[in-house]
Amino acid sequence: MKNASTNAASEGNGYKKRSQLGSVCRRFAKSRTAMAGLLILALLVLIAACCPLFLNYTQDVVGQNIRQRLQPPCLAHPFGTDQYGRDVLARVLWGTRISLSASLVIITAATVFGALFGALSAYYGGRVDNLIMRVMDVFYALPFNLMAICIVASLGNGIFNLGLACVIGVIPGFTRVFRAAILPIRNQEYIEAARACNTTDWRILTKHILPNALGPIIVQATLNLAITILAIAGLSFIGLGIQAPTPEWGAMLSEGREQMRNYPYLVIFPGLAIMVSAMSLNLIGDGLRDALDPKLKN
Amino acid sequence: MARYIFKRLLLMIPVILGISLLVFTMMDMSPGDPAQIILGIKATPEALADLRAQMGLDQPFWTRYLSFLTNALRGDFGSSWRTNLPVLQEIMERLPNTIRLALGAMFLMVLVGIPVGILSAVKQYSLLDNLTLTGALIFSSMPAFWLGTLLILLFALKLSWLPTMGDGSFAGYILPWVTLAASSLATLVRMTRSSMLEVIRADYIKMARAKGANERQVIFRHALRNALLPIVTIVGMNFASLLGGTVIIETVFTLNGLGSLAITSVRQLDVPMVMAEVLFIALTTSAVNLIVDVLYVYIDPRLKSQYVKARKART
Repeated sequence: MKNASTNAASEGNGYKKRSQLGSVCRRFAKSRTAMAGLLILALLVLIAACCPLFLNYTQDVVGQNIRQRLQPPCLAHPFGTDQYGRDVLARVLWGTRISLSASLVIITAATVFGALFGALSAYYGGRVDNLIMRVMDVFYALPFNLMAICIVASLGNGIFNLGLACVIGVIPGFTRVFRAAILPIRNQEYIEAARACNTTDWRILTKHILPNALGPIIVQATLNLAITILAIAGLSFIGLGIQAPTPEWGAMLSEGREQMRNYPYLVIFPGLAIMVSAMSLNLIGDGLRDALDPKLKN
Repeated sequence: MARYIFKRLLLMIPVILGISLLVFTMMDMSPGDPAQIILGIKATPEALADLRAQMGLDQPFWTRYLSFLTNALRGDFGSSWRTNLPVLQEIMERLPNTIRLALGAMFLMVLVGIPVGILSAVKQYSLLDNLTLTGALIFSSMPAFWLGTLLILLFALKLSWLPTMGDGSFAGYILPWVTLAASSLATLVRMTRSSMLEVIRADYIKMARAKGANERQVIFRHALRNALLPIVTIVGMNFASLLGGTVIIETVFTLNGLGSLAITSVRQLDVPMVMAEVLFIALTTSAVNLIVDVLYVYIDPRLKSQYVKARKART
């Protein structure tokens, strides 16, 4: 009833009620670069999803065909073929599935844990905060690549362990950002009001605090998706993580380096794929940051 | 100030202890057996058992960790299980390469990044600004190992101007420097630009212009000094990570620095070497961070009063 009357009143004033999400979307859509990033990402997701419809993994992607080896780009093989006669275009396209899905899973896991640790740290403060943040300091002081190498050495190669290494490498940064985003919310009056109503801590955290800290969380996650794509490719490039013949871009690049003097396309196309996907995510991340920034509202 | 530095040094102890425990545990969890790696697959069980006892691998985890810690505190990091040479000797042999790589890349990054960032901010929305922002976007999305590979392809293989790998000569370092500088340049340029943009609209800049200071003075003496804090942070962070060895770039250019040493020793489960290197990297990172924090006070005298106030409040 109350809602209806406020709506009627606002319509009467000629004032259109706008939701926060709506205005963020509108500001995001205004940015041409951000929309370009979104378009490229949509295309990449489409490629990743539709790959199995027109490519047969065992035949086209990992199946060797020595007679066709090292063919330069031509009509039949627009990106050429590699030293085992595999079509580079098919492998680059299939690589989209691997890079996008792996980085998405990694960032989702890191966001969940980062949000959890950040929220606990900021909400409870004191000893809990100190404990969580000091543990994060330890992880933070070790360079990402070194930590990833140690984790892969102790658990073995493979996509799962690579993912785990990335998640562990990303969590400390996420925790710091999320803690900083949640700290100012903790002392807001509406949190005090919720507490006065005997709301449980869990409900305050999930219903009142996290939704209000969502902006920085989304921006951090999007920008880190790009960083994770680069990290997965880098670690596979030095032989940790995803192994041949799986068509991972970094692993393909490392394979192609042996032949690059005569067949430069073997290193050019996988690298371009990494760059385009990272760039689309960077564009979206920058657009989101600007759209969510209240200072740039007008 | 001295008190602050002392406090920060004390705070480094638990972090470094934590890192050493973490890495020691990870190496211990590894499925491989160092004795087997040294002796090869044909080794007899007796020889393996002997070597394991000699290396102290038959001791419980905590005993090994504590003996590592006590020895490390005395400055004794043991010998490498891979080469039998003292660990510190090998690190010291590789260190000059890493320092050369890090200093050159840093120099290039600061030399290009800060002026470009300033120009881009001063001429906001100009063609130069747009080009800079596009360049920064491209470089930040470009994997460094791909850029390095492309540079090798162009300048070493096609044009034969520079060597393909680091041979210790000046020319051998040019491509690694450019690659490393380019990948961190993007962040530095963006940070310089946005930090300058924030400052440039401040009242004291208007004031400086109003009293007739010329443009150069306004930019360098009034704006840049106030915009310097985030720039110094980025430069410091990059320098710390460069000193830790850049595993991937060293692989691309086959440079024998700390990064490639780390990856070989981890793969061969050379625990003494890994531990010494990790401690070295953690110490350098923390030390550089501390130096950056201390530099803040010299760059921005306003911060000094905060330290003094904090001290007064305590006493």
